[in-house]
Amino acid sequence: MGAAPIEALDAILLFLVCWLVIGMAGIVALRNFAVVARVLFPASALLSIALAAFALTALPAAPQTTVLAIGLPNLPFHLRLDALSAFFLVLLGVASAGISIYAGGYFREGEGTPPGLMCLQYHGFLCGMALVLLADDAYAFMVSWELMALSSFFLVTTNHRIPEIQRAGYLYLLVAHIGALAILLCFGVLQANTGDYTFEGMRSQHLSPFWASWAFLLALFGFGAKAGILPLHIWLPEAHPAAPSPVSALMSGVMLKTAIYGILRVTFDLIDTPLWWWGMVALGLGLATALFGVIFAAVQVDMKRLLAYSSIENIGIIVMGLGLAIIFAAYKMDSLAALAMSALLYHCINHALFKSLLFLGTGSVLHATHERSLGKLGGLLRFMPWVAWTTLVGVVASAGLPPSNGFVSEWLLLQGFLFTGGLPNPYLKMLVPMFAAGLVLVAALAGYVMVKFFGVIFLGRPREERLAAAEDAGTLERLGLLWLTAGCVLFGLFPVAIIEMIDPIPYALVGRGLAQSGRIGDWLLLAPVSAERASYSPLVFFVATLAIVFLTIVVVHRFYHARVRRAPPWDCGFPQQTARMQDSAEGFGQPIRQIFEPFYRMRRELPSPFDAAPRYSVTVEDPMWSWIYLRLARAIEAVARWAGLIQRGRIAIYLLYSFVTLIALLSFTQA
Amino acid sequence: MNFEGILAQLTAMAVALVVAPLLVGWVNMCRAWLQNRSAPSLLLPFRMLHKLFWKESIVANEATAIFRLAPYVVFGCMLLASMIIPTLSTNLPLAPAADAIALVGLFALARLFLSLAAMDIGTAFGSLGARREMLVGFLAEPAFLMVLFTASLISSSTSLATIVSSLAHRELTILPSLAFAGVAFTMISLAENARVPVDNPATHLELTMIHEALILEYSGRHLALMEWAAALKLFAYSCAGLALFFPWGIAEAYDHRAVLFALPVLLAKLAVGGFLLALIETALAKMRIFRVPEFLATAFLLGVLALLVHLLLGA
Repeated sequence: MGAAPIEALDAILLFLVCWLVIGMAGIVALRNFAVVARVLFPASALLSIALAAFALTALPAAPQTTVLAIGLPNLPFHLRLDALSAFFLVLLGVASAGISIYAGGYFREGEGTPPGLMCLQYHGFLCGMALVLLADDAYAFMVSWELMALSSFFLVTTNHRIPEIQRAGYLYLLVAHIGALAILLCFGVLQANTGDYTFEGMRSQHLSPFWASWAFLLALFGFGAKAGILPLHIWLPEAHPAAPSPVSALMSGVMLKTAIYGILRVTFDLIDTPLWWWGMVALGLGLATALFGVIFAAVQVDMKRLLAYSSIENIGIIVMGLGLAIIFAAYKMDSLAALAMSALLYHCINHALFKSLLFLGTGSVLHATHERSLGKLGGLLRFMPWVAWTTLVGVVASAGLPPSNGFVSEWLLLQGFLFTGGLPNPYLKMLVPMFAAGLVLVAALAGYVMVKFFGVIFLGRPREERLAAAEDAGTLERLGLLWLTAGCVLFGLFPVAIIEMIDPIPYALVGRGLAQSGRIGDWLLLAPVSAERASYSPLVFFVATLAIVFLTIVVVHRFYHARVRRAPPWDCGFPQQTARMQDSAEGFGQPIRQIFEPFYRMRRELPSPFDAAPRYSVTVEDPMWSWIYLRLARAIEAVARWAGLIQRGRIAIYLLYSFVTLIALLSFTQA
Repeated sequence: MNFEGILAQLTAMAVALVVAPLLVGWVNMCRAWLQNRSAPSLLLPFRMLHKLFWKESIVANEATAIFRLAPYVVFGCMLLASMIIPTLSTNLPLAPAADAIALVGLFALARLFLSLAAMDIGTAFGSLGARREMLVGFLAEPAFLMVLFTASLISSSTSLATIVSSLAHRELTILPSLAFAGVAFTMISLAENARVPVDNPATHLELTMIHEALILEYSGRHLALMEWAAALKLFAYSCAGLALFFPWGIAEAYDHRAVLFALPVLLAKLAVGGFLLALIETALAKMRIFRVPEFLATAFLLGVLALLVHLLLGA
């Protein structure tokens, strides 16, 4: 840990250059598939690990800055590596290491973009994300942000000959740029008429509450568009199914987190004093996003769309944590703010691990079966054990169950929601714990979604005969899956170590860390406030469960016989059951569809009892389209029509316009 | 962790393993009396378990490792749950490893494996059961957490041992928030343990069953473990309810006499609770499955109301 921080920043920059070199090498070996897959991507994964390691050493160290003379004259790139950037770089490195090694085994020839070009886009994307995290002035930030957005756009449209994917890519680009515009405006507010666009200059400004609020709301909107906060989430369910699975994993696992990084950077670093009502806005939006995401995930029939909605849910949970941190920070309740912030950062890295894992799992399923629709899968556990068992770990984590990593962060967040007794505002004191009720509902529904996801894909009997020919993932794919699985397990079992790693961030941003103030427990027992109040030890929990299960197996097999006879399933004695009689994805989501009916826009086609060829179909649409976007589009069209009225297409009329404008301007300057 | 702590933990485990089937037997006995039938023996569940363990396990051709592993995992989860909940004393070395939230997580983990195992063979009934079980779970779980949160806020701790000792030390008054929480908890326990208004443990009618549909394909030792796990779950829920709402009589430190005294108190409380359960099951009719979400949503809202009442009145 004593390594000089200069080395960390320099080393990280060196790794970024290496990534770019790898990308360029991809262009040189444009159609040499073996080199790209077997050499470049594994090398890139090693760089990811090295990047994570160096970022980890920089986490507890003092901030380190440097100026790179690239870009426009007199506008160099300011870069800064502090605890917050370092943490997100660790996240980037850890997640991308697994994804890159997997990508080496995943990309196939003849799928849209040539592998070499894809390699360049992929590494441009990685560099873009890393530079976003390092940028220390608005100019560098926006350039990196655009690099990230554009390279990921090209990655999403890898199979660009399919019209559906073109549409998804266009929508993604559109939302990304509306968001970027808001971020630019946010920086404009933050520089407070000084013309100084470095973050250092913004930190030294003390904005009035009015302008600070504008800056926060613009940041929430701009970064929210990237993160998928309601109602700007619409690009996620379109872009994720369109993109190749490693790209979906990278976008969902890492890119969404850069947006969270942006909100944190603006709220806690650039604006130094958050207001409490920002927290309520974030809490409300977060809960709405989380509930919306999980309710829609439950009724999806496309496995990658399901995961996209599940990502929206997790972003909602993270934004709830952000809201809580803002409220506590606004009232100077430092240790609770540190608790909420640790929980939200912890959830960021957990989500990066388990959602990448799940997306990669769907990638292997997609390659083995060429099928994304849940209704045509099933029984794959028997044919793809590696993918299935690693995905199961991701499913347990995503459902937020102990002893996985997903549980720890939700547990910490619930602790934050419950013990708000010190809040001076009585309404807040009453309202904030109510959000815990929403959060547990979301967590429980996530369990439903995950049982559906895993059960329909991997369990039961294959719904199509050709599934029996499905092949398990190859070596590189297995390595990637195992890396992320190990991450899910380790991050779940050693929460105190992780929180100690995160600790410099709340210390820097809200003035106190959990571990720094000695309120974390020892390595075995996580006790964020005190052991009497709440404690949780995943390791003891895991070992105890494992020991009891093992002992039970031994005892039962020792004292009774262990004979097993294989037979056809009984199923209440009903003969002639076929694989088609299992619950389909629609069937499994039916109770949720019925309970939350008002939220969906459903089109149902029910057969009459006398139909000779009965057909049943139901499609569920995202209501945000008709509630907001179609209306917005119609309004824009109407405005455009009105504006079109002045376009007469005759030069005399345009000269008249110029003349009238000139007269108006003259009289204005006279007055 | 000292010797006495380990002893207390092992005692709690042994008590759970023995008392859980007895409780099931007792409820069945009471129900038979109330319905004017001649009652089966109290020890019938034990004989049943013994018989099942000796039988051969028939496993469907399609079953994978998940199907065979699930009974052990579910049994392990339920046993751990009944070891974490303070039954006889609050001095349990394992208790700090899991607080109230982790306890709910433990039940959810068991539910996940139960549902996945039911979907594993790919029969229509299995996936039907899994879907219904998850439906019950996603509403009952948050409701249970709301009840626990109310108790946590009253004692400003989510650790079960602290909750029990602080609730046991308060004055003998009925807190309005705990009253709401109690009603919510009763409703959840009925749903979670597949009891009458939600599910009927004695039926195999396909339109109505939830729990039985999940374990339809199990036989022999696997079925025995599932049945035992179900009994442990009933025991764990009963003990959680007793610990939250009637915590008096649970020994606080490891005091031999207090523990000796705690066991008869626990048995007496369970006997009364079991009788009330049988009464509910006799008096109520099973509701349609479509009504279950309403029933559970009511429980969830009651739980939220309990929380709100506590925050509003501070009581």
